[in-house]
Amino acid sequence: MATLREIRQRISSVKTTQQITKAMKMVAAAKMRRAQENILAIRPYANEINGLIHHIAESGDDKMDSALMQSRPVEKVLIVVVAADRGLCGAFNSNIIRATENLFEKYKSSSAVELYTIGRKASEYFSKREYPLFKQKTGIFHGLNFEQALEISRDVVSAYEAELFDRVIFVYNEFKSAIQQNLREEVFLPFVAEQPEETTIQDYNEYIYEPDKQSILDALIPKHLNVQVWRILLESNAAEQGARMTAMDNATENAEEIKSKLTLYYNRARQAAITTEISEIVGGAEALKES
Amino acid sequence: MNETLHLEIVTPFGTVLDEPVQSCMLPGEQGAFQVLKNHASLVSNVDIGLIKVERGSSNTLFATSGGFCEVKDNVIRIIVESAEQAESIDAYRAQQAKERAEQRLAEKKSQIDIHRAELALKRAVNRLKAVEVLKSIH
Repeated sequence: MATLREIRQRISSVKTTQQITKAMKMVAAAKMRRAQENILAIRPYANEINGLIHHIAESGDDKMDSALMQSRPVEKVLIVVVAADRGLCGAFNSNIIRATENLFEKYKSSSAVELYTIGRKASEYFSKREYPLFKQKTGIFHGLNFEQALEISRDVVSAYEAELFDRVIFVYNEFKSAIQQNLREEVFLPFVAEQPEETTIQDYNEYIYEPDKQSILDALIPKHLNVQVWRILLESNAAEQGARMTAMDNATENAEEIKSKLTLYYNRARQAAITTEISEIVGGAEALKES
Repeated sequence: MNETLHLEIVTPFGTVLDEPVQSCMLPGEQGAFQVLKNHASLVSNVDIGLIKVERGSSNTLFATSGGFCEVKDNVIRIIVESAEQAESIDAYRAQQAKERAEQRLAEKKSQIDIHRAELALKRAVNRLKAVEVLKSIH
């Protein structure tokens, strides 16, 4: 059995670790709250844009179309992987990486696949294994802003327009709740208009369009894609913080368990030491008496 | 005058404005236009420029970086990527952004970079203009 001093040292080291995991949990919780607020803030905007696209694309006799909505035979695929910059967040990164690998295998047989990695963890993993990388982006989640979403969106859209790719898929973690993340694979391009949330049958006949429907639609879709990228980044960020919070919560609990076990050992060892000491003294006294 | 025209300004960072107004001046792609009560239904692109909101006594000025607007049944929805109230614009930062964009234009890089720098310049100039217009009112 370990000596008293060794046990004491272990207890104090577990205590320090616990303090760190606890602090990380608090930080993750605060960051998650902020990310959640951002998600709520974009919702009205995303809904309005979506509604407008629907309105313009579906109204009138002639269905509107845009270059970004036309699907081409799928020969070249871009997978955009949204992972985290940092670890210590449970299975967050490994889930994403596994899903990406599966998707990669699925498309590999029929088409050329490239990856666009977002977040250092994905970048490290896939570049080490020599996957074909179209682009990498790291360190964007610290101080995430809309400009970065715009940049990614522009990269992807211009590559699609230049016919470098025929299909763009985003793989990311969707924020469900603090303890739950949903893995999502979304076809980003070609673009498909979603049904708006409230399906009110509206009369679109008397609208004036400035300058005209086609140019409005052509301008709308990139804006919509921008906000989609922004949403995905925010979702992933919130999910990452949620995953980290849960992971750190578990770590704190485990540390507590180890600590109480060690304390028990310590007390037992201490008692044993005292008992031997007493019996030694008593034995010594007996010996003195006899002489 | 009764105010029955409702204005909403929505951006990716939340709803900026949601209240009844008297009129609203918008920078359309083909020139500025004003929306008053009982305006015909309309969907329009919004260019980089100034949105002027009139509420009888008080007027508010926003600098926007472009988007869309929809008018229907006396509700104006302005859906833009940014809308900054003129009072809250930092003139110094706008000035710096302007200089940065000019510098980038002078460097003459690829076509895309030039296009982006031009847009950035337009936005910075627009924000400075908002600050100036605000000053001239007071």
